[in-house]
Amino acid sequence: MNVFMPNTLAEACDLCAKQPDLIPLAGATDLLVHWPLRQSEHDKSYLDLSKLRELRKITWAADSLTLGALTTYWDVLQDSRAKSEFPLLCESARQVGAIQIQSRGTWAGNIANGSPAADGVPVLMAYDASVTLTSKSGARSVPLHEYYTGYRKSVRRTDELISTITMPLRKYDFSVFHKVGARRAQAITKIGLAVTREASAAAPWRVVANSVAATVKRCPAIEQLLQSASPIRKPDDFSSAIAADVTPIDDIRSTADYRRTVLARLLYHSLNGVCPSVT
Amino acid sequence: MQEHFIPSPIHDRSAAVSIRFNLNGRDVDIPIDPTERLLDTLRYRLKLPGSKEGCGEGECGACTVIIDDLPANACLIPTFQVRGCKVRTIESIPASSLQPMLEAGATQCGACTPGVVVTANWIKEHSDVLASNTMRALMAGNLCRCTGYDGIIDGLEKWIGKPPGGRS
Repeated sequence: MNVFMPNTLAEACDLCAKQPDLIPLAGATDLLVHWPLRQSEHDKSYLDLSKLRELRKITWAADSLTLGALTTYWDVLQDSRAKSEFPLLCESARQVGAIQIQSRGTWAGNIANGSPAADGVPVLMAYDASVTLTSKSGARSVPLHEYYTGYRKSVRRTDELISTITMPLRKYDFSVFHKVGARRAQAITKIGLAVTREASAAAPWRVVANSVAATVKRCPAIEQLLQSASPIRKPDDFSSAIAADVTPIDDIRSTADYRRTVLARLLYHSLNGVCPSVT
Repeated sequence: MQEHFIPSPIHDRSAAVSIRFNLNGRDVDIPIDPTERLLDTLRYRLKLPGSKEGCGEGECGACTVIIDDLPANACLIPTFQVRGCKVRTIESIPASSLQPMLEAGATQCGACTPGVVVTANWIKEHSDVLASNTMRALMAGNLCRCTGYDGIIDGLEKWIGKPPGGRS
């Protein structure tokens, strides 16, 4: 195993420009699961980002919140404004493992790791987050809902690193996050849902689901259904929109059928009385 | 130090990395293998076997240590990541601290106990976190399969005192 330990983002970008097979590492909480058994991964090369202090900061601007790529779940839980401006960030952060994971795991690592069951990603996406990808040749911003291209695949080039995550400061009049797991703490998501409604916006709804497709996924058909005002009287009335948006599978944690059924019920019961067409 | 029955999983097979960190108040400067987990470095290289391996996947909390003043699972940390950090293990906590836990029946087989005590001691030293977190939520990363959580929470209340509002 080769590990590179840069101290600045510029050094890190130089290294991954030279060596395209480097795997970036922040909290390492997913990589090290059952590590002694995963010998094939011991032979790879890693880029340890954990000492890039410039990436460990939370910045409030007049119209946005920016999380440096090393911001942990615990960091957000300690931020005095996060709970009032972006309550879903705190709700999801509390449900990632427990404090031992929240203190190490990073929001950007959750994005980069690309698990469809990622708990931090749905709420970031529901807040219209964008990701800054930095390389030796510059930086570009990508909307998070356009970041993934397939199962654990993304638009990030091998010479790029996630440097920041930015969310616009907006007025939301409704938001909800649900995580369905086998138990309340220390569970991996069977079905997750994050919904926001922006006050007085032309297209106010953001609906994001996880563990029901190859990636965490924004759900445009469900968003349109909510905006269309066509009446929804029972959970099944979400079925065709759900079928258009997600493609759940049977796996060790749940079944496709259970995931579709529960997603419909989560939507119906969360939005009943909130969205005027859901009664 | 007695020889451990379990063979050491540490293999110095690739180029060693030299790191320095602060362990329980004293600086250590050691060569490690880059594949080494902090849990193995502590147990097998530094001969501090108090931190236990339960699940090896960051769920049970038996390997809980304090890194730069926050609880973390030593089984999920590559040792090279603690360079320059302050690491505290169960060995830094006086055995007398256990008394309230013993009296409340919060220990039985003992496998989870070091992790439980490390997290509990951290809560005790940072009791302001109880203003926005319940004891149960803060202890959710320490699984116990025999005592039951009521005993652990009773022990914590004896040790730390009831949280504000009386909600544990």
